[in-house]
Amino acid sequence: MTGTLAAIGAGLAVIGAGIGLGQIGGKAVEAIARQPEAAGDIRGSMLIMAAFMEGAALIAILFAFFIK
Amino acid sequence: MKLNLLYSFLLIFLLSGSYAQSHEHNHDHGHDHDHSHGHSHDGHDHGHNHSADHSGDHHVNNFAKECGSPAQVVEHHGYDPTATALHHISDANVLTIMDMVRIPLPAIIYNKDRGIETFSTGKFHAGHHDNGHNGYKDYVLFEGNIHRIKCGGFQDKEVYEVQGFDRQTKANSEGKEVENKYAIINGKGYMLEAKTTYDLNILGGGPTSFIDFSPTKNVITMFLVALLLFFLFRKAAKAYTTRDGEAPSGIQSFFEPVVQFIRDDVAIPFLGDKYDKYLPLLLTIFFFILGLNLWGQVPFLGSVNVTGSLTVTAVMAILVFVITNFSGNGDYWKHILWPPDTPIFVKIILIPVEILGLFIKPITLMLRLAGNISAGHIAILSFVGLIFIFGKAGASMSGSLTGTAIAIPLTLFMMGIELIVAFIQAFVFTILTASYIGAATEEHHHDEH
Repeated sequence: MTGTLAAIGAGLAVIGAGIGLGQIGGKAVEAIARQPEAAGDIRGSMLIMAAFMEGAALIAILFAFFIK
Repeated sequence: MKLNLLYSFLLIFLLSGSYAQSHEHNHDHGHDHDHSHGHSHDGHDHGHNHSADHSGDHHVNNFAKECGSPAQVVEHHGYDPTATALHHISDANVLTIMDMVRIPLPAIIYNKDRGIETFSTGKFHAGHHDNGHNGYKDYVLFEGNIHRIKCGGFQDKEVYEVQGFDRQTKANSEGKEVENKYAIINGKGYMLEAKTTYDLNILGGGPTSFIDFSPTKNVITMFLVALLLFFLFRKAAKAYTTRDGEAPSGIQSFFEPVVQFIRDDVAIPFLGDKYDKYLPLLLTIFFFILGLNLWGQVPFLGSVNVTGSLTVTAVMAILVFVITNFSGNGDYWKHILWPPDTPIFVKIILIPVEILGLFIKPITLMLRLAGNISAGHIAILSFVGLIFIFGKAGASMSGSLTGTAIAIPLTLFMMGIELIVAFIQAFVFTILTASYIGAATEEHHHDEH
């Protein structure tokens, strides 16, 4: 039972991460299209934001993974 | 070209067809197999297994006592994807290449009774699944890891034969199900202690009566990669003196743009004019992580998972934590311990949050890198595991072929992604380190507020 709940939790974490990544990627591409000369800066901050968000999601997944 | 595509579709179609057919045909056989599969989950349905004990050729052990219960070697035919994946991403005391070549590593073990002991893990004569055929004193090698047998006095020789290993799930005194491992020696089962704790107890380790200082395959790989990087960088650095003013060539032309990228896009934007002091650190972090990530990508080379191991990333995160806080200036500490220009009730909330943030930053660094790399490896292992799930662990040939046809493209795809992740994670770790140090050393201009 706890295993199933943990799996559902991991799934929810991934949904959240997916939405977040989509937002970040979409907005970054939009920004680059508006201002191509700032592409380097935008890409850098995009990666940092993605890493922060993904870190949160990964912590959730790890917790789900190791709860037995 | 088109014909090739057609052929491959046909092949896959035929394979899946023959798989379905064999599934029908082997129904009886499959049933028999399922039966033995049930056996592999020792203890889960113990009463059932016990009754089937005499009818089948598979014998299931019942370890009534911790040590000395009669036991037989059981061939497990089932395939457990989770256990296999965890076994493959965890550290080991032997370096196995393609399940054929096993390079013994030194073992340095401290225990209270006998002090420090050093020996080679070659003494265990590791075989399939990295299980040792021999035991040494009271140590045995089970799935690549040194375990200690709980009770002594079961044999008189220093090196003795281990017939096999078995697991049994049992409820412990608190009523929780725990999996116990047993070594089978001279027809008797002896309970093993938990795995050594070099993975922070997360992958099935636990407290042991000995401390394992052995350089495991992860340690050896770290040294190898560090040496390799040292020689490559020395070569590239030499080229700047011998080929001064000329266009870069060879390894130099790979390193130069990367080093420049780290300097111009990571160090300078975050650290400003102090970048010179921290650039060596950032470059070391970047290339060390990148090297280990890429080495872990190479199939069969010991299948090491160094950057995916929490202990390794924990040490790197602690280093970043120490360096960040030691280079932090007065402004940095003031903003954490007594944030200026904020009302007192905000301070009450803010100060604990800031202090927590101090520790959360390196913890996320640690989890992110280990999680990403391990997740990639687990995904690849799951795709490879499809072969065994479809092939019913080797019982069905056509099933295995179908599994292979599915597993190859998926694995290739995942490896492609992991190649990108190897670079991105190295970059992310570096850029976050730079941003933490940058925030700690930043000069604040309060007159601008």
